[in-house]
Amino acid sequence: MMNWRALMQPHRIVLMALFAAFVIWCALSLRWDWIPTYAPLALEGLWRTIWLLVVTTVLGFLLAIPLGLAQAIGPWYLSVPARVFCTIIRGTPILLQIWLLYYGLGSLFPQVPWIRGSELWPYLRQAWPYAVLALTLSYAGYEGEIMRGAFASVKKGQLEAAQSFGMPRFTMFRRIWLPQAIRSVLPTLGGETILQLKATPLVATITVVEIYAVSSRVRADTFVVYEPLLLLALIYLIIAGLISLLFRHIELQVPAR
Amino acid sequence: MIKRNLIAAGVAATMLSAGTVSAEEVKIGIAAEPYPPFASLDSSGTWVGWEIEVIDAVCSAAELDCVITPVAWDGIIPSLTGQQIDALMASMSITEERLKTIDFSDPYYNTPAVIVADKSMDIEPTPESLAGKIIGVQASTIHQAYANEHFKDAAEIRVYQTQDEANQDLFAGRIDAIQADSIAMADFVATDTGACCEIKGPVANDVAILGRGVGAGVRKGDDALREKLNAGIAAILADGTHEEITSRYFTTSIYSE
Amino acid sequence: MEALLESLGLAQSLELLSLTPPGWGGNLLRGLVHSLQIALGAFGFGLIIGLFGAYGKLYGGPVTRDLLAIYTTVMRAVPELVLILILYYVGTDLINQAAQAMGYGRVEISGVVAGIWVLGIVQGAYATEVLRGAIQAVPSGQIEAARSFGMPPFKLMRRVTIPAMMSFATPGLANLWLIATKDTALLAIVGFSELTLETRQAAASTRAYFTFFLAAGALYLIVTLCSGVVFGRIEKWARRGQPSLKGASR
Repeated sequence: MMNWRALMQPHRIVLMALFAAFVIWCALSLRWDWIPTYAPLALEGLWRTIWLLVVTTVLGFLLAIPLGLAQAIGPWYLSVPARVFCTIIRGTPILLQIWLLYYGLGSLFPQVPWIRGSELWPYLRQAWPYAVLALTLSYAGYEGEIMRGAFASVKKGQLEAAQSFGMPRFTMFRRIWLPQAIRSVLPTLGGETILQLKATPLVATITVVEIYAVSSRVRADTFVVYEPLLLLALIYLIIAGLISLLFRHIELQVPAR
Repeated sequence: MIKRNLIAAGVAATMLSAGTVSAEEVKIGIAAEPYPPFASLDSSGTWVGWEIEVIDAVCSAAELDCVITPVAWDGIIPSLTGQQIDALMASMSITEERLKTIDFSDPYYNTPAVIVADKSMDIEPTPESLAGKIIGVQASTIHQAYANEHFKDAAEIRVYQTQDEANQDLFAGRIDAIQADSIAMADFVATDTGACCEIKGPVANDVAILGRGVGAGVRKGDDALREKLNAGIAAILADGTHEEITSRYFTTSIYSE
Repeated sequence: MEALLESLGLAQSLELLSLTPPGWGGNLLRGLVHSLQIALGAFGFGLIIGLFGAYGKLYGGPVTRDLLAIYTTVMRAVPELVLILILYYVGTDLINQAAQAMGYGRVEISGVVAGIWVLGIVQGAYATEVLRGAIQAVPSGQIEAARSFGMPPFKLMRRVTIPAMMSFATPGLANLWLIATKDTALLAIVGFSELTLETRQAAASTRAYFTFFLAAGALYLIVTLCSGVVFGRIEKWARRGQPSLKGASR
């Protein structure tokens, strides 16, 4: 895909040489001896970051469809709550949302004694369900707004045509409306997913051990400050790159209009 | 409009370079997150607590012009080495690991590390008793290092950014026990929230990890400031100021040779 | 009985939020002011970077363009939290070392200035893309006409390009401003006393986590909604005299 001609311009070669020099300087003059000790932990953290990203984008997207639909065509008792939800999610920092869900709800637990006896308690004790919930709601809030526009942009004539052929409403939604709406949001999905990736390190503040938390652990244990952060930035760059490649691939699979 | 912005940027740049610090001013870093009863922000926006008063006393005894500067606990050592602060007095224990990165003054208090858990739970501060339990600790503390080293059989060691959040989760029942400083915990179990819990006893000492008391941190090689702080600490210990401040906060002495 | 309890709970919350001590409302408002200062500064700084970045990307040499591409890609792919930590520690360290090398001694960097510098650099990457798109949307004939009359480049930018692109840039910039206000919350993790950290301190001291996080959320929401109104006005103003541009923001 990369054009070799474009890469081999003289100034790019110079830039790449400078970059290579920088990488070599980093490798030689900074401290990397902590890597072997923390590699297993880092892999576990990386896995948890990716797991969180995939689970919350999928769940968030599924939730965004009814949110968008309710805002686009729903009666007022559905569209108003959906709009309020999206406004609140988009209008407040996600860090605050995460803290509200985890510490805010946690501070209410002791006031409801039966909750500790319930079957949900083993899950409520852990941090990841709150992380999944907060990130899912956030993605749904942003994507729901986009889906609203997508549903509204599907041409009325197509729906009327389907209706006049006697197509049941749900089939019409499934075969005509939803696919076109998804196709029109496809170009924005990659960007939204990268934004979601950038939100994942925030769950480290509620004790979920993902890749950012591992880098904090390295910093706390060894007092090496910059190196884990630089490596972390590189890891996020690679993941973001892979996400945009993936979505470009998906976009190519979908036939153009 | 753009021209005005440029001028403003230029003015800001000159102000920055003009704002160099006079030699006598010393920025004392404290943790921005509340750590009662040593340092916490009150509702009028001023820092109060035992350690704040000790900082004032040490500085006036050593004739230093101190400015209290809150920085994130998690980044307090990088802030010191990165010259955002000149010294830190944030209940930081003097340990071998930290001495590799920064220097410390003489200790100005020392207290044991304890385990706190729910009153109804039969927990002792031993690795055997804590096996299979969820232990909460604050990030970048001796307690985190100790728990990682000695409580390997624990179900999970959950790392919180602030001590208060760990306390909160013990109250909410999300964790079984916390390891923390005895004085901070005595303060906690005396509050409404902490009434659920009690101090189960001190953990076995491990000087290499738990260190030898709390000292003021300075940059490596900044012996001039270290000597001044040592003199200040010695002076308030000798003239009874230290004892006087302590008596207003605690019933027992928190300093021993 | 229940109504009484509820009113008691509410009364307690109101007391906690009152503006004078022992209420923590004053602290929250002070945090909000800091947040807005940082957001405003970062937004302005980001706009300056963005304007230069956009011009560099459109008219700069190949090296400038490649460097700017790296800058915008990295800033938009790496989490703000990580960037803030790197820029905060490395940035202030480098500035101090440079100042000392030049013989100035240590440079005083206040929390607000550091926050503006850190968030501004992140904002600059997004602003570059928004402004580049807006400049490209300006009909090239207008710029060429100005050039053919011999208008100097700076005047051309001031009198033609910027006014003409305003209407295209406003929706994107409004979005950026909202991101700026929300990103200030991340500075809580490096210990700046802005709204989120003040909230955290108040919540930890009073144990009323739910009350304070809800109150802070409401404050952020008010800022967002007010900004929406203001930017709506600005957009209307920027589009004065233009034919209806429905959908131009897409």
